[in-house]
Amino acid sequence: MGNLTPRLAEARDRIRDIAAEFGLDFYETVFELVDYDELNMVAAYGGFPTRYPHWRFGMEYEELSKSYSYGLSKIYELVINNDPCYAYLMRSNSLVDQKLVMAHVYGHCDFFKNNLWFSKTDRKMMDRMANHATRIRSFIDRFGLERVEEFVDACLSLDNLIDIHAPFIKREAPPPSPEDRDPSRVTVSKIKTDRPYMDRYINPPEYLEAEKKRIMEERARERRFPPEPRKDVLKFLLEYAPLEPWEQDILAMLREEAYYFAPQGQTKIMNEGWAVYWHSKIMTSKVLTDEEVVDYADHTAGTLAMMPGRINPYKIGVELFRDIEDRWNKGRFGKEYEECDDAEKLANWDLHLGLGREKIFEVRRIYNDVSFIDEFLTAEFAERLKLFVYGFNPQTGRMEIVDRDYRKVKEQLIRQLTNFGQPWITVTDGNYENRGELYLVHRWDGVELQLDEALETLKNLYRMWKRPVHIETMLGGKGKLLSYDGSEAGTRDITLSEK
Amino acid sequence: MVKRIEKDHTRFRQIVRGIIKKNLKKYVSQGELIGRKGKHAVSIPLPQVRLPRFRFGDNKGNGVGQGEGEEGSPVDTGEGRQKAGDQPGQHILEVDVELEELAKILGEELELPNIQPKGARLTAAEKGAYTGIAKAGPETLRHFKRTFKEALKRQIAMGLYDPERPVIIPYKEDRRYRSWKRKPTPQASAVVIYMMDVSGSMGKEQKELVRIEAFWIDTWLRHQYRNLEVRYIVHDVEAHMVDEDTFYHLREAGGTKISSAYELCDRLIKAQFPPEEWNIYPFHFSDGDNWSSRDTERCVEILKEDLLPVVNAFCYGQVRSAYGSGQFKKDLDKAFPDEDALITSDIPDREGILASIKDFLGKGR
Repeated sequence: MGNLTPRLAEARDRIRDIAAEFGLDFYETVFELVDYDELNMVAAYGGFPTRYPHWRFGMEYEELSKSYSYGLSKIYELVINNDPCYAYLMRSNSLVDQKLVMAHVYGHCDFFKNNLWFSKTDRKMMDRMANHATRIRSFIDRFGLERVEEFVDACLSLDNLIDIHAPFIKREAPPPSPEDRDPSRVTVSKIKTDRPYMDRYINPPEYLEAEKKRIMEERARERRFPPEPRKDVLKFLLEYAPLEPWEQDILAMLREEAYYFAPQGQTKIMNEGWAVYWHSKIMTSKVLTDEEVVDYADHTAGTLAMMPGRINPYKIGVELFRDIEDRWNKGRFGKEYEECDDAEKLANWDLHLGLGREKIFEVRRIYNDVSFIDEFLTAEFAERLKLFVYGFNPQTGRMEIVDRDYRKVKEQLIRQLTNFGQPWITVTDGNYENRGELYLVHRWDGVELQLDEALETLKNLYRMWKRPVHIETMLGGKGKLLSYDGSEAGTRDITLSEK
Repeated sequence: MVKRIEKDHTRFRQIVRGIIKKNLKKYVSQGELIGRKGKHAVSIPLPQVRLPRFRFGDNKGNGVGQGEGEEGSPVDTGEGRQKAGDQPGQHILEVDVELEELAKILGEELELPNIQPKGARLTAAEKGAYTGIAKAGPETLRHFKRTFKEALKRQIAMGLYDPERPVIIPYKEDRRYRSWKRKPTPQASAVVIYMMDVSGSMGKEQKELVRIEAFWIDTWLRHQYRNLEVRYIVHDVEAHMVDEDTFYHLREAGGTKISSAYELCDRLIKAQFPPEEWNIYPFHFSDGDNWSSRDTERCVEILKEDLLPVVNAFCYGQVRSAYGSGQFKKDLDKAFPDEDALITSDIPDREGILASIKDFLGKGR
């Protein structure tokens, strides 16, 4: 498999064996040697050789090609979560770079295979993507590029409205409570009378029967739809929006793709950190030759460079893994360690437990970025990596460092990573005001939605739902309802619905 | 191999240019071309189409960064550089490029439409193609079908052809070869006539603006026309033809009589550049102060009667200066509200050069 030169194939075999010796566990990995243009193309397609036709891939491609041709950046590694894993090597890279990339790729492959959050992804995605492409092409043949593309655009505009936890939990509507359904449980209030013989006339049985029926109907109407807020808005649309069969098919495919890519957004820091950890372990302990050291170091330094104003997931990830390994090797964790307040003792704390390696393998199995940061980012770590929180200072009109307290850093990081950095949005009502309108709620967590984009997005939602659509959110500290009714988009003040 | 991505890429470029899917055009964010740091730095525009989504606004406020600094130290988040009011999603990569290379990038990045040449003048340019047939030639160029035909004709003529057993054996004389034929191709030519006001109010900075702008215009037109002639005219109350160096460096004091330049330009065109053979681009730069409104009327007259009918585009760029009133552009716009061939543009400062170039050349005239 693959098209490696004998020398690269030899390097690959060696690195694969070393990686396996270290305990990495991966699917078979196929390396393809490609030139920069092909690499840009495949990268634009998200790593897959075949995708459905869409201008967005062309846009990605232009960005990648430009940055490459102006020497701003190049793609070093590209690997896709599939069984077997596929990874790409750029033909023009030097041998040391190729080795580094291979070692890095084996790190990713191990992560894909073993991290819990990837466990529900389709490992035959390569084939599935190709199938999606074929199907969408056939729709294009039947309905025309414009029509299909317009619908794909609308789907993509909504494709962050998924429930990243859905693959793990079976969310089902609770069974309807018996009172709702059982007529004998319905009580109709009667007009009081102290003359029982008059009751038949004051409260005629036919009236009571009719009233009972009315109450039953009202309850049924009140029964919520959906019974519980649904975070998987795409699924809700699939089930209830009046879509043409081909539209439904496209939406279902794009939803699948969104779910496939979601774990990569959820584990960016860990995944990259893990891969860097292993490439550096493999390269520096086993593979590098003397004359390659400088190039290797130069390259790795570039990957791990820190930039003020943003965090480098490679750097944070690998440092955190190393920190965990060190702490578990020395026993720098647990009650005794945390409650110790003797500075000198703390500085030299070492119980020689040697649990580090085992621990990081466990971490790579069950954590995602949010829990990874939450659990393992310590005060010392934040200080060592010079992490800070920045914010906008209206007085100076610029971004400034606000705080270096690790708790604040952690809080801010976690907020950014939660729901892979996307707003938390649910469908709460598919029959709003009893008029079949769609009502979404944005769970407020301190950050506003981009208003103009939100209104545009509502139009795409309307495109699917074909009845007025609304989203409840907060703007400028007040509850707002953004709506689109098919002709006009607008906002109005509301009081936020109960959580 | 035609790459699969090419289709997607073409489609994307068309969206960016507003050719297809106009509904997406509003999501396009544009970058810019000329960098602000030093004279070699440039930012490469990267137009992006951002589909709308429910996403967090730019008032995100806080973030996590890494590096040195006290509390209160400024942080370069990469977004801070853009002033408020910029479009979201603007994506500028800054990079150092030599001016030479810049020239190549210009056309594509500015998305200038290709110019539709007006007149065609036959020049010496010749194009060759394998369209001819010859009796001698290298074996690699042998034309099998023609050779076969010749052999068939000959055999029939000689009575050697047997329909029952149609074997055709070409002789050496039957062989035909593809041959190279030269074809003179018409080549469009263009002349650019730069006119600049060098009166007292045009300072060094104003001339610099003109120089930069003229450089880009040259670059573009040279790209479009193989055969480009450039003429320079400077004027205060009188107009003179000058060479390039003088054009940029001459400084004269005194008043301004724009009509003098327009008259000279007209004479020049009539004498040397017949419009049926030449694509003519007069560019006039001034700070917008004319000597008198009578003279402005005279300018309008020359434009209407003589210049506009023969030129591809007459471009007037008004450089802002501390002394100039900027009246001339208003007068022109008023006199020719619907004239396609007259393009006027305001150049407030260096930043404005780009927009102005686009004004001038964006119409593809």
